[in-house]
Amino acid sequence: MTAADGAGPEGLLAAHGVAVYFPVGSQVMARVQGEERRLRAVDGVDLDIRPGEALALVGESGSGKSTLALALCGLRPVDAGDITLNGKVVGARRSPADRRRVQMVFQDPYSSLNPRLTVGGVLRELLRVHHVVPRGQVSAESKRLLSLVGLPEEAVGAYPRQFSGGQRQRIAIARALALRPEVLIADEPVSALDVSVQATILNLLASLRAELGLSLLLISHNLAVVRHLCDRVAVMYLGRIVEVAPTEELFSEPQHPYTRALLAAIPRLAAGALDAEAPAITGDPPSPLRIPSGCRFRTRCPIAQPRCEEEDPELTSAAQAPEHLAACHFAFEPVPPAGTGLARAGDQA
Amino acid sequence: MIAAGAGGAAPGAGMAQGGTVLELRDLHVRIVSRQGTVRAVDGVSFDVAAGEALGLVGESGSGKSMTLRAVLGVLPPEARVTSGEILLDGVNLVTRPQSELNRIRGRKMSMIFQEPMSALNPVMRVGWQIAEGPQVQLGFSRARAAERALELMRRVGIPDPERRFRAYPHEFSGGMRQRVMIAIALSCDPEIILCDEPTTALDVTIQDQILRLLARLCRESGVSLVFVTHDLPVVAQICQRVAVMYGAQLVESGAVADVLLNPWHPYTRGLVRSAPDFDYVRESLVPIPGAPPSLINPPPGCRFHPRCEFAEEDCRVSETPLRLLPGGRATACLHYERCMDAAAADRAARA
Amino acid sequence: MSAIPLTPEPGLPGAVPPSAAAPGARAERREGQRVRRWYNQPALMIGIGITAIFLAAAIAGPLISPYDPNAQNLNATLLGPSAHHLLGTDQLGRDVFTRLLYGTRLDLRIAFIAVLFPFTLGITLGSLAGYFGGWVDTVVMRVVDVVVAFPFYVLLIALVFVLGPGERSIYIAITLVGWVSYARIIRGEILVAKRQDYILAAQSGGLGSARIMRRHLLPNVITQAIIYSMSDIVQDIVAIVTLGYFGLGVPPPTADLGSMINDGQNFLSTHWQLTTFPGLVVVLVGLGLSLIGDGLADILRPGQA
Repeated sequence: MTAADGAGPEGLLAAHGVAVYFPVGSQVMARVQGEERRLRAVDGVDLDIRPGEALALVGESGSGKSTLALALCGLRPVDAGDITLNGKVVGARRSPADRRRVQMVFQDPYSSLNPRLTVGGVLRELLRVHHVVPRGQVSAESKRLLSLVGLPEEAVGAYPRQFSGGQRQRIAIARALALRPEVLIADEPVSALDVSVQATILNLLASLRAELGLSLLLISHNLAVVRHLCDRVAVMYLGRIVEVAPTEELFSEPQHPYTRALLAAIPRLAAGALDAEAPAITGDPPSPLRIPSGCRFRTRCPIAQPRCEEEDPELTSAAQAPEHLAACHFAFEPVPPAGTGLARAGDQA
Repeated sequence: MIAAGAGGAAPGAGMAQGGTVLELRDLHVRIVSRQGTVRAVDGVSFDVAAGEALGLVGESGSGKSMTLRAVLGVLPPEARVTSGEILLDGVNLVTRPQSELNRIRGRKMSMIFQEPMSALNPVMRVGWQIAEGPQVQLGFSRARAAERALELMRRVGIPDPERRFRAYPHEFSGGMRQRVMIAIALSCDPEIILCDEPTTALDVTIQDQILRLLARLCRESGVSLVFVTHDLPVVAQICQRVAVMYGAQLVESGAVADVLLNPWHPYTRGLVRSAPDFDYVRESLVPIPGAPPSLINPPPGCRFHPRCEFAEEDCRVSETPLRLLPGGRATACLHYERCMDAAAADRAARA
Repeated sequence: MSAIPLTPEPGLPGAVPPSAAAPGARAERREGQRVRRWYNQPALMIGIGITAIFLAAAIAGPLISPYDPNAQNLNATLLGPSAHHLLGTDQLGRDVFTRLLYGTRLDLRIAFIAVLFPFTLGITLGSLAGYFGGWVDTVVMRVVDVVVAFPFYVLLIALVFVLGPGERSIYIAITLVGWVSYARIIRGEILVAKRQDYILAAQSGGLGSARIMRRHLLPNVITQAIIYSMSDIVQDIVAIVTLGYFGLGVPPPTADLGSMINDGQNFLSTHWQLTTFPGLVVVLVGLGLSLIGDGLADILRPGQA
């Protein structure tokens, strides 16, 4: 699945037709029976992250967003397609220099730090192995990294268990920054934290972006967080990107029915009690083992037409909005009559 | 009684007509631990009217889950209710023996948990788990209980109930399992359902479905809800009133729209300002400085004072119980007027 | 998927109170985290006590007894316990008590050394199998399957038989047979541990596999192997004694608990101490070490009480 206008702009970090499969069950038997027994976690994705931008990757469980992030970071090999860094193809086996350029912050602050190493130990190891600074300055650099994320110097001698969740995430961010990456991938960095602590981490990410000129790939299911932090948003569904657009444009003029459903489903502070009208989207997502033919969203789509069962829509843009791509046969057109309650979701200011 | 096939709205049997279903009076729960006595719930009082949904909001360590467990009587072994009353239809549950509590639980009161996978029995077919309550509590025959289960499954929106009756929990998706749990909770026609973060672990679109389902069921059968969560917009969607907990105490309560849009306690205001709101993008979010208080050695006076920008001398010293104010609101803040002004300024800045 | 708040309730048992002040403040030990008060564990203390006694006796052997364990005195055979010979003499006139001390010394030394080789080999192979998976894992585990298919003693005795008697053969044989348990334990632990985010983080930090295994994985998974090694020492002691009993251990005339038991069994009805005391030593040392293993397992057990 490629973008309709051929090779897109070469971003800093990009995915081209990337697919990642998980084998399920016996592969030998699968071949014998001529079946495909694999879970297509990422099923043909083109995505690019531009220098200095904050891109959000949004989706629900089963969308493949975390798997895609791992592949981009070089932590998981891809089964098809390429990952490129400034145009150069990189795989899961990367040179140390390439490794440094993309770093990741994980969701769970309680399992993302080695319980047996002190904070200083973790930082020192990275700084030394990659010769980020001369030996004599390693200690000073460790302290600088900690102050960059708002932790006191004394933290170098402490173990992760002495810190709260929010503080651990800061340590994780400091660790990610130690190698001076160009792209920081944050996989649900605040989902496991208390509400009042989330703000500090989000503010920290925003300020680091500004200070260091980092690119940020933020993976989140929380569209409010995305709106606060990101310039562009890519929406994933069942292993594919279904819509990409600048943030405000996505939220004001969503072109894909799934995006509209997501927006309609967001609980709103000022909305008042729910009326029991139809939910934004009915039913459960299909199993990734049995992805629907044609457009994979058609089984839950309110405007699905016969065409959708046969043709798999590609990501296309419209002339008036070249930065806005959507994979729907009816994108950028007036919504067909079959679409009822969901059209209104795009009217939110 | 769920009218078989009639599908109309009818109040649950035995429900207090328009009265108070659940009332907590000065509840205290203590936990004995190695580091000392933890005051997990420290003087909490609130009431829930028939057919009303009350939100109980707080972060981790606020005591909201403990409160719920105390009401249901399923506290962990180290925890005990040390004083206060829990009145269900006027009957104090704290003093009742276990045998009686077992009859009340599930019959008048039931609970929905955050993680359906651990709350459902993995080796028992789903239909029979729903039917168990009516069989045990209401004395239904197997056949009648099974019929009731099927009806409930339809009501909560599980497709193809006849076939799925015989399925096991692991064959269901997260959203479906939550519906199963709701069906179980409704099975004996309770007066009140306690919900402990039931949608936190769900995707946004599934959460939307489940919240609407709960709202509809609430309205149709008149059952009351106590909805515990840390997610403010979710409370706004489903509850009429909300109570905010901090440091094992209640700090504010009132109608949802009032409390969340016009907070009268600095903590509530802090929560609202620090959570990203989809409809209002701030320059930068305002976190609440500091950390939650220790429940073994809480700060003297108002527990929030070390983190409060409006704190004054008396906040460090005086007790701060919840005070009832006009308009059905209550706040524990001694200087809530200052908070009111700040909240008004927040609103003006948004405009 | 929407997240489940993972922060434990502060103030509850098992929770980490968030450090509001500088995190350099005194570390609050989590319950269930390593090192509970080790001196409060009765099993551990008794075990250490028993083992210490025997270790001390073994080490100080030559100092305690004036006799040469191998000095025969055919004029003083099969004497009963007396002031001169605390446990009497055996059929060749050698002082039993001295032989007991030297035998314990020998067997314990062999056992403690013998446990190190399977420990190292097993952990290495198990780590490689667990971390890399794929064909490495398949090959290692198939070899494990083959070794495990044979009963322990059958294989051990066969190997010693082939290799000839002596200490070296015992080390080789025990290593070749004993490494599998360690390999399985470590492999299992690593399969789980390598999924932790901090390992992914180390990989994304460009750290090599060897370094990750050594510094990040092993320290976190090795406790199970250490606990197992305690019971493994006991098994080794029994194995060595058994080999000695069958005459396959250290060759005579060296004092060795197993051969002492064998020699003494002909005189069981008249001089029961010749067989019984060596046997008792084996039992008691085994008990002591097992108790230490239990105590360690309690202390190092991850998770809540």
